[in-house]
Amino acid sequence: MLSKRIIPCLDVKDGRTVKGINFVDLRDAGDPVELAAQYAKQGADELVFLDITATHERRKTMIEMVKSVAKQLNIPFTIGGGITEIADAEALLNAGADKISINSAAVKNPQLIEDLAKTFGVQFVVLAVDTKHINGKNIVHLNGGRLITELETENWIKRAEDLGAGEILLTSMDHDGTKQGFDCDLLGKINKMINIPIIASGGAGKTEHFTEVFQKAGVDAALAASVFHYGEILIPDLKQELKRNNIPIRI
Amino acid sequence: MLKNWFYQAQKGYYNYKMIGIVNYGAGNIFSLTAALERQNIAYGMVNTEADLEKYSHIIIPGVGHAGAAMKKLEQTGLVNAIKALKKPVLGICVGMQLITQHSEEGNANLLNIIPLNTKLFDKELGIKIPHMGWNTVEFKNNLLFKDVPVDTQFYFVHSYFIEYNPTFDIAAVNYGNKFSAAIQKDNFYGVQFHPEKSGEAGERLLKNFSNLSS
Repeated sequence: MLSKRIIPCLDVKDGRTVKGINFVDLRDAGDPVELAAQYAKQGADELVFLDITATHERRKTMIEMVKSVAKQLNIPFTIGGGITEIADAEALLNAGADKISINSAAVKNPQLIEDLAKTFGVQFVVLAVDTKHINGKNIVHLNGGRLITELETENWIKRAEDLGAGEILLTSMDHDGTKQGFDCDLLGKINKMINIPIIASGGAGKTEHFTEVFQKAGVDAALAASVFHYGEILIPDLKQELKRNNIPIRI
Repeated sequence: MLKNWFYQAQKGYYNYKMIGIVNYGAGNIFSLTAALERQNIAYGMVNTEADLEKYSHIIIPGVGHAGAAMKKLEQTGLVNAIKALKKPVLGICVGMQLITQHSEEGNANLLNIIPLNTKLFDKELGIKIPHMGWNTVEFKNNLLFKDVPVDTQFYFVHSYFIEYNPTFDIAAVNYGNKFSAAIQKDNFYGVQFHPEKSGEAGERLLKNFSNLSS
């Protein structure tokens, strides 16, 4: 049976991870390679690296980081942040990234989804969507929730699937950072609507939230950052808990 | 490139165990070469027919569209030489599909080394496409899976699958329906999952392949 995936997300700035302090064995929490290896050892099924670097040097630094990670890591990983054209994606693919995630660039230029899917295959293209409830509607936001768009989340995701997105990474801005659990209602609704895998993001605070999002929303994967980085949830414990609840998981 | 030459030089031209990776431009091979390096398995690139002679084992990698991959392979002029190989050959993902007879992806005729069909997953089965993630592989007693624990999961990512046929199946997997996760005919092996992304078990499998006798 296909397992549900647990995905730690690591923020990267100038080639260094910016969160991650609570691993006992870790010599350098800012080293993406060491952090990634730790997560793989703990049983993470996949990793997402989100590049939050704003400088012009970012691309070169990121490629070097991706290469170092790919050399050491024996599980798949996704790179997101600042990918706006085919050439960006190609450089990351050749450096060993398994998938790329696009967000703002796809909203500004939806054709990018189709171009990427045609060039590299749908399995390479993850569409990240940040969504917020506004006046009874779900509205797509950009720039980490700071910039509102006119797109309704459901419509945008459906269109992205048609264009060739291979997977959806859906972050609820309302739940993100609250540690009160994932937005199971919205995730469940979107999950029923599409025929590609969906990763839940935003709101994880305790292990029960993961059980809940898999049982209630039926999502394919769940992503979190701080609860893993600060050691509040340990992946082996989380997976045992999920297994006890009969959720298919890789131990 | 320099690194490959270094490996060749270091291990020697006539080294018994060295993997040749068919370099036909279908997908990135960085992760594969990295996995081989982590296992201390020597490798080099196959660009010409003469290159095929240099190596004890051959890997056909591949990501993306099977029909497009087949066209690229044809452009290398290596098709007949690959079909005639007597040394162990491992196709990975689309590289495995190329070993079969036909793919529904691009309605493409493939190498036809193993008479099986590569088919599109049926949406009507209520499954998501692509099949993406870790799935349990029921493998048979085959050297490729030597010392791999029972019920091990491997990492899959694909939209087309190889039909199950007990004659050639060496590992089966369930997703919507039962299909082949690994196949074998004589010296030709194929795996649908990505051993280079499948944790320790995947690395074990690559090691096992490199230990198959020619």
